[in-house]
Amino acid sequence: MTKLRVLLWRLSGVVRKGNLEQDMDEELNYHLQMEIAENLRKGMTPEEAKSAAQRRLGGIAQIKETYRETHGLPVLQVLWQDLRFGFRMLRRSPGFSILAILCLTLGIGANAAVFSWIEGVLLRPFPLVTHQERVLAVSTTSRGMSGYSDVSWPDFLDFQKGCTLIDAFIADKIMGVTLSIGDRAERVSAGIVSANYFDALGVHPILGRGFEPGEDSGRNAHPVTVISYQMWKDRFNGDPAIIGKTQILNGLRHTIVGVAPEGFYGTFVGYAFQLWVPASMEETFETGGYKLEDRGARWIEGFVRLKPGVTREQAQQEISAVAQRLETDYPETNRGRGIKLFPLWQTPFNNAGALAPTLGIALAVVIFVLLIACANVGNLLLVRSFARRHEMTVRLALGADRFRLLRQLLTEGLILSTFAAAGGLVVAHWCRNLLVRLIPWRGVPMYLAGELDWRVFALSAGVCLFSTLLFALVPAIQSGKIDLAAALKAESSGVVGGRGRAWIRSSLVLVQVSLSFLLLVGAGLVIQSLQAIRGASPGFSTEGVLNTAVNLFAAGYDAQRAKNFQDQLMERVQALPGVESASYARITPFSYRSYSSAPIAVDGYQAPPDEQPTADYDEVGPGYFSTMGIPLVSGREFNRVDDENALLVAIVNEPMGAQFWRGADPVGSRVQVKGRWMQVVGVAKLSKYRNFLETPKPFFYVPLRQNFSTQVGLNIRTTQPPQTMAAALAREVHALDADLALYEVITMREQVDRTTSSQRIAVMLLGVFGGLAVLLAAVGLYGVMSYAVSQSTRELGLRMALGARASDLLRLVMSHGLALTAGGVVLGSAAALALTRLLGYLLYKVSPRDPLAFGSAFAVMTIAALAACFLPAWRATRTDPARALRD
Amino acid sequence: MSKDKTDVLHGSLAFMVLRTLDTLGPQHGWGIARRIEQISGDALELNQGTLYPALLRLQQMGWITSKWGASENNRRARFYAITRAGKKQLATEAENWERISDIIARFVRPTRESS
Repeated sequence: MTKLRVLLWRLSGVVRKGNLEQDMDEELNYHLQMEIAENLRKGMTPEEAKSAAQRRLGGIAQIKETYRETHGLPVLQVLWQDLRFGFRMLRRSPGFSILAILCLTLGIGANAAVFSWIEGVLLRPFPLVTHQERVLAVSTTSRGMSGYSDVSWPDFLDFQKGCTLIDAFIADKIMGVTLSIGDRAERVSAGIVSANYFDALGVHPILGRGFEPGEDSGRNAHPVTVISYQMWKDRFNGDPAIIGKTQILNGLRHTIVGVAPEGFYGTFVGYAFQLWVPASMEETFETGGYKLEDRGARWIEGFVRLKPGVTREQAQQEISAVAQRLETDYPETNRGRGIKLFPLWQTPFNNAGALAPTLGIALAVVIFVLLIACANVGNLLLVRSFARRHEMTVRLALGADRFRLLRQLLTEGLILSTFAAAGGLVVAHWCRNLLVRLIPWRGVPMYLAGELDWRVFALSAGVCLFSTLLFALVPAIQSGKIDLAAALKAESSGVVGGRGRAWIRSSLVLVQVSLSFLLLVGAGLVIQSLQAIRGASPGFSTEGVLNTAVNLFAAGYDAQRAKNFQDQLMERVQALPGVESASYARITPFSYRSYSSAPIAVDGYQAPPDEQPTADYDEVGPGYFSTMGIPLVSGREFNRVDDENALLVAIVNEPMGAQFWRGADPVGSRVQVKGRWMQVVGVAKLSKYRNFLETPKPFFYVPLRQNFSTQVGLNIRTTQPPQTMAAALAREVHALDADLALYEVITMREQVDRTTSSQRIAVMLLGVFGGLAVLLAAVGLYGVMSYAVSQSTRELGLRMALGARASDLLRLVMSHGLALTAGGVVLGSAAALALTRLLGYLLYKVSPRDPLAFGSAFAVMTIAALAACFLPAWRATRTDPARALRD
Repeated sequence: MSKDKTDVLHGSLAFMVLRTLDTLGPQHGWGIARRIEQISGDALELNQGTLYPALLRLQQMGWITSKWGASENNRRARFYAITRAGKKQLATEAENWERISDIIARFVRPTRESS
């Protein structure tokens, strides 16, 4: 109680000074008068009385200081003084302050932005979902195979029953849905979810309800949907009576039962869901028939929520035990199948897994930028501390303790970095949506935003303090070394490249040069990689081939109607002017949709026990290989004869032939897919299927007509540009069925480029920050050299007087600056050799030690260094020897 | 300064101030200083300057209050008075000091049993 009282009193004393000084004077004065009067009464002379009184009272100044300290809180008062003084000093040199704050804003802002991306994309990617730290992604594994697949509904239900450590299993599958609005069709992304979806995620619809238990069972039994806030606002104009109205989705009327809250985008990193339907409606939205009772159909992208206090390892053990039981219970579908839980940032089925390493690199890059910025501000402060050395010396001489000076410097640094941190958070806020711009638009709403929550704020504040320590301590070390006697004497004059004070500044420049060299090498590598990708052949033609699609499945076509439509459209397309050939394929290479995958068996190939060979495959139409420009190394391609009534056939790729036929020509032998035997009629050359960085693996093709799908892509080999072709195609499609919407028409080149977003993010980050880093390093080098020249005028003058020519002085100064640069480049190269292999996953046909990247980084650094040193060197040659020696 | 004068024992100044105000009623700083010196028979070397910060501390603790008023020679002076909390504190401290001086006394003249 009393302590609190004292604290409050003192706190108020910090601000409420009032008449303190006057009162103190008056009281002490009164005391002296009384004492003097007493002394006079004792018979002292007036002088004696006065001096005796003063002696008894003690030093007035000292009493007052103790009194003042007792009155307020000295720590706070000193801080307050430091702050006011700091502000005054910074206001006095606005140029310096603004430059320093800008540098730091860049450094702290870049860090805050990357923190917010990591938080919003990797760690807590689903706004409004509660306890995301307990949410894990779940995928199926297959023994002996790399990669992961989705989970089947019956397995999902069994896991749910068998696991006690897990609160909730959440099924979710992203899909494209065609909405019919009046006479136009629109595509949105949506989630097919288990009935517990909204409850388990802790998301409460603002209107209506989420799904009710049981709505995820019964084939097509519950045509209900919950729509997103955005959709409610945009399409239904925020209609308050929306609940109970209907909307046609993929041709089937659904009742709207709820509206999700604003800011809930669903559970797929990268996309914003517009609506959700229960799993019972799966057949309406997913090709491949009714899957809720098919243990072999793996289509769910699931999540689990752990019970509080349960670790991922414990849950993994439990769920693996269930998976083992399922293996023995259902060997034909589950043999060799395991299950794996992933932290959200490693989710294998959305964009998190792909973005995680790129964001990791982004984090490293911005930390480097922060270090460079700190080095620069440290340098600026150092220059200023030389200018302020006189002030510091006087303060020391007057008895200020060194700690107090240090505190003053740190306070000034803290003011700078606090401003910068505020600016940095603004920068981070601007950059929230930058990522989504670097990722290609795929025709549906995307959501990939940074999240500026308290964790990001706390981390940014940490960065701010850390950088303050880094840069403010530099001049502090310096001030700790002030030699009173020497400093109060005249300015001692330096020597170019001389030892002494310059070493701190030189090492700062060394750090800057080496870090920016490292960033330049990184930038060079990813730029080359991107170019290599642009120039590389994926194994099919990227020029002169267009790609589009018509979604007959979503339009409700049955197989027979779809076959007729596809035939008619193909005839019309092939008749269009400029069309060389055209072909259907269920999946076009490099699209974001996934290939079918199936267990396979090959005549004469014995798989190791416990292992089920599987391979991805594509369902393609006649003329696919010639249209796409994929060469066949053996056999023939599919033609119109390979239809429903003919012998089942397949074409395998080279790695598949090599693995399962061991060098023999597979043509003529058989392969079993999903229990059906097919005759191999051709071997296709290896091409890339999903992206450039994938490793070669077995892949095969089957005729579309023998494995029919209503949802197919259309590839056209033509000399026409996409826009012309789009108009012609839209006419033909409209002529056949006015209700059908044509997807966008893009070149295969465009389709391929869309898979390089990781590389483009890296190029953007490393390019921009590498450039800035070089600029900062050049400014730092310039500062050091100018200062060195200005400090060694006398030496330069002396040299001139002794006969040195301008070119000698130029060489002297330049060589010092270039020596610094060379040192930085050597350090940077060593660091780069050690670190660039971390870029490996981004690098296509470029070695992490690529000499061209190192060489161009060296060239850029050298040019920047020459530019930075030239002006100070030139100024050195203009030294007037007479004046320099006289001064 | 004579060597036979004693420094004010740490913490005892507050007690002396409280006792003085309790006995004499409201006093100004010089009055308190004089009184302490008188009571100690001028045996105590009071650095009068330390009195004022001590008075401020006692106010902060809420044991005394102060207000400006006119002195006997009609000059403006700050008068200090003990509060109820101060009286309570005085009682506790008196007890404390009694106990301490008791203990110290035993050390000063050790008897056979206690040594």
